[in-house]
Amino acid sequence: MIPRSQIVLLSAIAVAAVVSAGSARLDSYFALIISNIGINIILAVSLNLINGYTGQFSLGHAGFMAVGAYTAAAITMFGAPKFAPGLTQGAGVQALFPLALLGGGLMAALAGVLVGAPSLRLKGDYLAIVTLGFGEIIRVLLRNVEFLGGALGLNGIPAYTNLFWVYAFAAVTVYVVVSMVNSTYGRGFLAVHDDEIAAEAMGINTTRYKITAFVVGAFFAGVAGGLYGHSILTIAPTGFDFMKSIEIVVMVILGGMGNTTGVIIAAVLLTLLPEGLRMLAGAPVSLPFTAPFNNLKWIADTRMIIYSLLVIVLMLARPQGLFTWTDRGATKPKI
Amino acid sequence: MTEFLQQLINGLSLGAIYALIALGYTMVYGVLRFINFAHSDVFMVGSFAGFYIAKPPEWFRKLLPNFPSLPLESVWGGLLALTLAMAICAALGVAIERLAYRPLRNRSKLTVLITAIGVSLLLENTGQFVFGAAPKAFPTLFPVHTFNIAGLVIASNQIVVLVTALALLGALQYIVLRTKIGTAMRAVSFNPQAASLVGINNDRIISFTFALGSALAAAGGILYSLNYQAIDPLMGVLPGLKAFVAAVLGGIGNIPGAALGGLLLGVVETFVNGSRFSTFTDAIAFAILIAILLFRPAGLLGKMQVEKV
Repeated sequence: MIPRSQIVLLSAIAVAAVVSAGSARLDSYFALIISNIGINIILAVSLNLINGYTGQFSLGHAGFMAVGAYTAAAITMFGAPKFAPGLTQGAGVQALFPLALLGGGLMAALAGVLVGAPSLRLKGDYLAIVTLGFGEIIRVLLRNVEFLGGALGLNGIPAYTNLFWVYAFAAVTVYVVVSMVNSTYGRGFLAVHDDEIAAEAMGINTTRYKITAFVVGAFFAGVAGGLYGHSILTIAPTGFDFMKSIEIVVMVILGGMGNTTGVIIAAVLLTLLPEGLRMLAGAPVSLPFTAPFNNLKWIADTRMIIYSLLVIVLMLARPQGLFTWTDRGATKPKI
Repeated sequence: MTEFLQQLINGLSLGAIYALIALGYTMVYGVLRFINFAHSDVFMVGSFAGFYIAKPPEWFRKLLPNFPSLPLESVWGGLLALTLAMAICAALGVAIERLAYRPLRNRSKLTVLITAIGVSLLLENTGQFVFGAAPKAFPTLFPVHTFNIAGLVIASNQIVVLVTALALLGALQYIVLRTKIGTAMRAVSFNPQAASLVGINNDRIISFTFALGSALAAAGGILYSLNYQAIDPLMGVLPGLKAFVAAVLGGIGNIPGAALGGLLLGVVETFVNGSRFSTFTDAIAFAILIAILLFRPAGLLGKMQVEKV
């Protein structure tokens, strides 16, 4: 008897395969948006393991994504044509691409160990700054590596990403994170989140839990980076800046930290929102008595202001996130 | 040797600006124990305040055509712009604290941290909307001269930066150590509960701290723009992060530490910039941060504290 969660995983992958088979008929713009939704789900759910379930505030997710994107692109662009040219055509791609994604994920996980091991002994806001600093260091390093295109980045990455790979990896991410947190081992993440000192007193190795969460989160961020690179075909260090990390963080906050379903909904909504606003701006509606709203360009212009106000208002009014109703994550004020 | 001295002077004048910003981080951390991410954007607003004081926008000139304009390239005009910008930012700092942080006083640290990031983004995006995203040329507020002393080239702006920074540091030291409200500030940072038990109004002290820190950030913003000449709404991000590193380097919550950390970071960065590793300059601060957190997490002048349960 296969456990229920694995049936769900397998059927999700099957659905991804079926949808992907039909995606040839889709408008390429919509296909891109749907693929971006999947990539953002991977990013947000993996960050939720670090920020939500384990309570460690990381602002470096875009850095891990960059590591994965560059590694995967280097494998498909330079590695494969040199060492295994057979894999770059026809059916070989279907074997090469997941390998490249795994390579990107592993490199990102390695970066996760390098950053996590020293800095996870720090608490709260220090960790936020260190991870932020790590993201900046990655960008400065990438800008200085001639082999990877320097400041201009890599162009002409093969377009291997399709809806099947995006949603298969999204399903795997959700499966791994959910079953990890719900396992006996995974209770440790929640314990670290709720009260680190008490967890330590109970004999939980808090540093190990934090590093595990960090490495798993970084791995999937790396995979998402690989998918992203092979979807937009051009990557540059500027694409993985602080704002990209913030975008992912906002998805996690909006969905509710430590609430995977909520985070998935938030990732979908926040990917669609800018596209929707862009369409509104392009299509002026004319209704009587709504003169200021006739041209909706101002909404698109003030989009980022609305975005940041949303974060503040959310924190003041509903810190547990929009889609969290059971109040597990709320911490009582300490005296 | 001359080159070494020259780099040292350049480094000190950059470091003095970092020090001014770092003081705001460190003081707020002292009383509230959180990193005010919005501080770097208060720095940006300070610089734009200076810009618009020197060059009032069109609508203002139409509204009040007879309003006297600020004399450019004069010491008094420069000081006036500096003071006004400091006052504007002090008000902004108090408003941010009152509206965004005070309602969260007893919430979890993470909530406050995320709110601070939200405020920072709000200021940046509003800045891009109101001021425009394109860089603007900063007016020359102070008279410009270049002095050649024994082979060293010293710009008058560097002297302005160093003198202003020193004067402000001295004033801050006086306020914190010799005045009643400074004593109250130290009491709140030492133990907020005990401070309120002896009759200190914590909220007032926290507001005052924000005013003080934001005023220093505004001064830093104007001095920075004098040296770099171009300002834009995202200019605060990198100096802000580096100033935070400076605060941690000196020992966060420690006022002389922030000044020392700022000067040190400015000098190190200038020397790296002058070497063949100049493309890595922006990464140096973060490498220092990671190293200091590993080997001396309390900072150079800070004391290790054990968390009591």
